[in-house]
Amino acid sequence: MSRVLELAGISKRFGSVAALDSVSFDLAPGEVHGLLGENGAGKSTLMHVAFGMIAPDAGRVIVRGVPTRFRDPSDAKRSGIGMVHQHFTSIPEMTVAENLWLAAGRYGAEAGRPDGSAMTGAAAARLRRRLWEGLAPTDIVSSLPVGAKQRLEILQALAVGGDVLLLDEPTAVLAPQEVAELLVLLRDFAGAGGAVVLITHKLAEIFSVMDRVTVLRGGRVQFTGPVAGQTVIGLTAVMVGTADREATIETAGSLGPVLAQVDGLSIRGREVVGIAAIEGNGQRDLLRRLAGVLPAIGAEVTGPVAFIPEDRSTEGLIPAFSLTENLVLGLPGDQRWRRGPLIDWRAAEARMDQLLGEFSIRAAGAQLPARTLSGGNQQKMIFARALEAAPRVIVAENPTRGLDVHATWFVHERLRRAAAGGAAVVVYSSDLDEVLSLATRLVVVSRRRVLPVPAGASREEIGAMMIGATS
Amino acid sequence: MSVLSRFRAPLVAAVLGLTVLALGLSALGYDAPAALAALGRGAFGSWYAFTSATLVRAVPLIVIGLGIAISFRAGALNIGAEGQFSAGAMAATAVGLFVGRWSGLVAVPAVLLAGAIGGATWVVVPVILRRRYRVQEVISTLLLNFVADALVSFMVQGPLQESKRIYPQSDPIAIAARLPLFPGTRLHLGFPLAVALAGFVAIVFSRTIWGFRLKAVGAAPRAAEVSGRMDVARTTTQALLWSGAFAGLAGALEVTGVTYALFLNLSPGYGFTAIAVALIARLDPVGILFAGLGFGALEAGAAGMQRDAGVPAVAVSVVQATIIVVALLAVARARLARPEAAA
Amino acid sequence: MSGGVAPLVGFLAAAVRIGTPLLWAAAGEVLAERAGVINLSVEGSMLAGCLGAAIGAYATGNPWMGMAAGFAAGAIVAFGFAVVAIWARTDQIIAGTALTMASVGVTGLIYRQATSGRAAGLSVVTLEPSPLPGLGAIPFVGPVLFVQPVPTYLAGLAVVLIWLVLYRTTLGLKLRAAGEAAEAARAQGVRVRLIQTGAVVVGGALAGIGGATLVLAQVGTFAERMTAGRGFIAIAIVVLGRWHPAGIVLAALAFGAATAVQYVFQAMALDVPYQFFLMLPYLLALAALTGVAGRVRAPSGLGRTVD
Repeated sequence: MSRVLELAGISKRFGSVAALDSVSFDLAPGEVHGLLGENGAGKSTLMHVAFGMIAPDAGRVIVRGVPTRFRDPSDAKRSGIGMVHQHFTSIPEMTVAENLWLAAGRYGAEAGRPDGSAMTGAAAARLRRRLWEGLAPTDIVSSLPVGAKQRLEILQALAVGGDVLLLDEPTAVLAPQEVAELLVLLRDFAGAGGAVVLITHKLAEIFSVMDRVTVLRGGRVQFTGPVAGQTVIGLTAVMVGTADREATIETAGSLGPVLAQVDGLSIRGREVVGIAAIEGNGQRDLLRRLAGVLPAIGAEVTGPVAFIPEDRSTEGLIPAFSLTENLVLGLPGDQRWRRGPLIDWRAAEARMDQLLGEFSIRAAGAQLPARTLSGGNQQKMIFARALEAAPRVIVAENPTRGLDVHATWFVHERLRRAAAGGAAVVVYSSDLDEVLSLATRLVVVSRRRVLPVPAGASREEIGAMMIGATS
Repeated sequence: MSVLSRFRAPLVAAVLGLTVLALGLSALGYDAPAALAALGRGAFGSWYAFTSATLVRAVPLIVIGLGIAISFRAGALNIGAEGQFSAGAMAATAVGLFVGRWSGLVAVPAVLLAGAIGGATWVVVPVILRRRYRVQEVISTLLLNFVADALVSFMVQGPLQESKRIYPQSDPIAIAARLPLFPGTRLHLGFPLAVALAGFVAIVFSRTIWGFRLKAVGAAPRAAEVSGRMDVARTTTQALLWSGAFAGLAGALEVTGVTYALFLNLSPGYGFTAIAVALIARLDPVGILFAGLGFGALEAGAAGMQRDAGVPAVAVSVVQATIIVVALLAVARARLARPEAAA
Repeated sequence: MSGGVAPLVGFLAAAVRIGTPLLWAAAGEVLAERAGVINLSVEGSMLAGCLGAAIGAYATGNPWMGMAAGFAAGAIVAFGFAVVAIWARTDQIIAGTALTMASVGVTGLIYRQATSGRAAGLSVVTLEPSPLPGLGAIPFVGPVLFVQPVPTYLAGLAVVLIWLVLYRTTLGLKLRAAGEAAEAARAQGVRVRLIQTGAVVVGGALAGIGGATLVLAQVGTFAERMTAGRGFIAIAIVVLGRWHPAGIVLAALAFGAATAVQYVFQAMALDVPYQFFLMLPYLLALAALTGVAGRVRAPSGLGRTVD
């Protein structure tokens, strides 16, 4: 079988961490190849090597049988490889055409023709129609819906012509229907002779479109081969590695009193209300009004509120500040360290030292800057601080984004335990599966309106509510 | 951090700055050794030179520098201290001319307070522009420096001009409004006041909730707002007003302690030099005290250099610029060198 | 031409003449800011351009050599800024302030040395207005726009050229991308810091021409700190002109008019102290910023250090 791309024995270390340990990977024309693994498994690093963004410490990159050394992504692009990154790389203030010219590296270039020499005929024409649907060259990118923005990313990736497409977690920002459309499009791309690598940790979602799959764990290949004969459960076990199961705490007993209300949504003690929504439907604003970060218009809350913001490093913590300072940041008025206008830093540090143990935060000391902590430990720090105020209402926004399995379990467990202890918990996650697994009750926020989800609704029905389709 | 490493960057900066000056002077055909010797004599040549030139010039640099540290800490870049200094000097002169019958115990505080209020007032416009119209304070404070220059020029040829109406300067302020001098020197009471202020600001920065708020807002405004529930706009407003008040106070100290009258070009660029002072001290009040002394020596030496070696005093701004750049590079290097968190 | 229009023509012609150095500096700053760099050393570049022009023209007797020297001097200051702010990744505002301080010192030193032993200073012959054939004879518009020193015409050309580069070339596309979203631009293969450096250095050179114009077409000599904040006003002009080449032309003319107005009032012998006319351009800049800032969008990456 011919190969468009081969990675042979790739190793890469970041400091003391081996991100990739002698990983081999190959890609054939006409296939959709799933690259699976937990966060930190090395999936993105491997594809960054393939795209010339990272130089490997060892190993070879072979493109169409020719050993190649990419100095930067533009080399990779010229070899016919395009990459769609986790974060959009189009420039919101510019037009579609300008973004495509930029990607092509030439003003006025005829860009956006994702049909390299290998791709001709009806399949390629159909692919092009699908890609351009709802896109006009003069559109300003910031005005486009998410699905169209992502197709623009694909057009950009292929702007100089290419038949290899690497996609890093492309479904994370999409609603179920948009995911389905994307997968059809990728199938078309492969059908026209292209090759696709799909990086994801959400296996179930893409299982049906893959031809082959490679599973990474801890920087090593755990499995590679055709999907035929594999099951979602089997591959998940390979991906996660341990047989750990998420412990569930039953929220036994009846619900408590209504502790919070916002836009017609009432949240009672002892329940976890999950919010499902597509980016930009007003859920962010709703959570922040509820948490009192924005003026609490239309929101009413009984008792102390804790807020777990989505962005740990710009909103949850001040990375340059010590852990003690970050504790005081969230609890400036706490009587244990507040002395009139003064702060008793020793008292605060003593408490922070205790919290390190209580929440098993891996840090050498309370005086260390928060940026030295891993993402999971930063989130533990935020939870420790949030629970320190004995909140009756907890508002969490994408609380496990970017965390590994164990940190995710920690977060889920803490939220469930808080609810079991009588608190009202509201969780929004852009990952529908997370909302489904965590919530005792589900609502959808669509176009700034709160819609109750009927018990027993299917994923598709919830998805339809999320994109605002009337069922 | 050891004492040595804490002072290393500033010392390196000072040595580099003087080296650049020496090289530049040589390249332009000046007698560099003679110029540097004159600079040293002007700053440290005698007890009188040290107290009456170096320390006297250190006072405004320390006081303005403390104010700049307050605003920079909160992430507000007030680079209009020069104008605020002038506004403070004008207000202090205006009050100082009319307190002749008062006791010094009342007159001096009144004049200093007037200066601080004058300086804070000069920041009111940038504050309003920032809050209501989102105009960057960098540009607005900078532009107001030139307005202040023109206003001083108007004052000393108009309402505040001396009664003889000959020179563009004010009458001397009342004796009661003048700061006492240390015997045998021209060093005034403003120096111990500056030292005390540095200590006070150090405590405010390290021990108070307000100081913590400044630091949080400056380091991460969104985290301060979301996780700290702080009013970011209010905190930066306070910081800007206080930094203006400090610069205005420095202007008042100059009038009541040194010149006793309002002149054109009262400040030889103290407002800009103080930025270097604050930055090289990394906004640390005690550091500002020492950096202020160092730059005071430089300013005093510059005067000596111009007098004895014929090198224009403006050359010292090359040293100051070099020191700012070195301070910036030291900070940038520290930022680049520190390990980022593992994902 | 009737006598009633003559003072107005004179005023507008003065506005254009006075606005020309500002336009050069603002044109340079537009390049830097569209690339995402706020360059406060533009004041230093202008000042260096003044001195370069004075020495160059004095030494050679040729004002065009002065222009070239001003161009080079402005570029040198901007290159220093680029090294510190872009390559050493320091705060752009502070770095710009430092480079302007350094320019004040260095120009002062060089000027004293250049004039030592000469009482006359560096007086140079100024460029007189060169009427454009045909256009200069158009009633009203002609004497205002087309009876100007050559640098004014060149400024107009430069602005057109900048517009073409920004909006009609690959380079301009990359430059704007660097200023809007450096990370995204880099992902598309744009060498962000290289482009920013180019924009800053060329921008500084244009500011140097601005300074040279001030000396060669208006003042006729050099004086310490003679730019008096014109570089900072140019930054305000860029905001007022909405980061667009056409916008800054109008804004620069407005500031030229604000300065020229003092001559009109002096001619009218009004009893207003001259200092208030000195304040006028700066106050106008502040007022203009309030009307514009917040309602127009700066390049998204403006002032941000690119790692």
